[in-house]
Amino acid sequence: MTKAVAARSARIGAARPGTARTGAGRPPRRAPALLRPARFDDLGLRRALSDRLLPSLVAAMAFLAALALAGTAGASALGRQWQEGAGSVLTVQVTEPAGAAADGGGTRLDRVLALLRGTPGIASARALDAGELEALLRPWLGTGAGRIALPLPAVVDVRLSDPALDAGRLAVRVEAAAPGTLLESHDRWMRRLAVLARSLQACAGLALAVVAFVAVAVVAVAVRAGLATRRGAIEIVHGLGATDGYIAGRFARRATLLAATGAGIGAVAAVPVLLGLAGLAAPFTGQAEDVGAAELVHALPLALWLSLPSLPAAAAAIGWITAQGTVRRWLRRLP
Amino acid sequence: MVRLDGVGLEFGQAGTTNRVLQAVSFSVAEGGFRWLLGPSGAGKTSLLRLLHLAVRPTEGRLTLLDQDIGAAARSRLPVLRRRIGMVFQDFRLLPHLSAFDNVALPLRLAGRPEGQVRVDAVELLSWVGLSRKLQSRPAELSGGEQQRVAIARAVVARPLLLLADEPTGNLDDLQAERLMQLLHEMNRLGTTVVVATHNAALVSRHPAHTLRLLDGRLVRDD
Repeated sequence: MTKAVAARSARIGAARPGTARTGAGRPPRRAPALLRPARFDDLGLRRALSDRLLPSLVAAMAFLAALALAGTAGASALGRQWQEGAGSVLTVQVTEPAGAAADGGGTRLDRVLALLRGTPGIASARALDAGELEALLRPWLGTGAGRIALPLPAVVDVRLSDPALDAGRLAVRVEAAAPGTLLESHDRWMRRLAVLARSLQACAGLALAVVAFVAVAVVAVAVRAGLATRRGAIEIVHGLGATDGYIAGRFARRATLLAATGAGIGAVAAVPVLLGLAGLAAPFTGQAEDVGAAELVHALPLALWLSLPSLPAAAAAIGWITAQGTVRRWLRRLP
Repeated sequence: MVRLDGVGLEFGQAGTTNRVLQAVSFSVAEGGFRWLLGPSGAGKTSLLRLLHLAVRPTEGRLTLLDQDIGAAARSRLPVLRRRIGMVFQDFRLLPHLSAFDNVALPLRLAGRPEGQVRVDAVELLSWVGLSRKLQSRPAELSGGEQQRVAIARAVVARPLLLLADEPTGNLDDLQAERLMQLLHEMNRLGTTVVVATHNAALVSRHPAHTLRLLDGRLVRDD
């Protein structure tokens, strides 16, 4: 029997089908089905890297990342909307509107309106009526703004069809047609809005980077804890001939699974919050105040809907890369 | 197969070093058998750890399986370790795995087909008398049974070099004798064997070349 086992052990060295007979001439014992190596956990990582703590922490990170992504998308959309609105409007103030035009053809207001309406790139030019002017001045002069004796300029609301219209040249032309006329192009506001939108996007991007950094730290700490817990098992497997890649791969597989699961939970948990925020923002984005759930789904930017599913993938990548790096660096202490 | 030239081993950092082996030189040809003897603390386990590539020598030259271990790249060592079987004094079984999975581990690490892994691991465990305890975890086994699982794990991948540290310490006389027969038979088939023991009776029943250590120095090689 001993010789047979030793000889068999000798034959094991050469790969061959498991059809050899045992030393006693009996057919080889059939291994019970329970011995199947599915999800074989030789390092005991299912307990060392708990399926509660790491996914919970990553879920919280993914939740914050979803909010940061929403901030990025929202700031981008608002900035675009503001720029489109402000960039397509000009305001022209014509002093002494009923006075004669410099070239003698009609009033100063008529001359400015004709010039504006004849300029390419301007969709419409309309002088505000007395009621609109009173409403405009009410915040400063109260309800009697329409009855005051002060001479008021005419205010012309100009809508552009070409946002790239050269407002400077136009200002010179209206000044020539009706000296003293002021043209406000809103350029300054546009620039401020653009800076504000970019700042909001940068803040959201920074928040996203911080969340990713914290996620890396969380995975690294969890993996280090797992290494400390399973040090004995790792040394045994290492002594049996396991490579660094094998051991790091085991940790990376586990960390990837847990991080992706946690991120999936966090991303799903963020959806109701994002829809709630979209509901609050609806009046400021040109939608009705009482919008239904279906409208809210469409209210969120498409880019945000596309980026939410990427959170589990990003978390999986963070888990895999961090675990690989952490374990390989730790293994260098072994010979 | 195994050659040591002035090998020394130190642990600790500067100022608090502990020299466990000093200027050890010997060689074992392929297919050789050596008893490794000496009192507790003589350095037997440290020497076996060196031969198992669990540590590298801090001085001298160690050649193992035709490789200069001091010069070998770290990435080369796992392949060498797979060709070395080791029976530890404290068994070193993975506590969360069954006896079967512990024995199957070296074969799986070597990338053997799962069907072959099952047949070979079950047969080795049957031979050491544990066919009814394939699914038992180490905590459910006695000391002797754990020792037998450790032996099965050490030999299942047919190592070129087999090291054993007090392999009969937890075995009864019958099991100890069966183990010695297995070691001799593997040795006869070409495996180089080094066995550390305190069991003088066992050595006298199986006379072979002996290495005797004392205070980290090799004092006898005959």
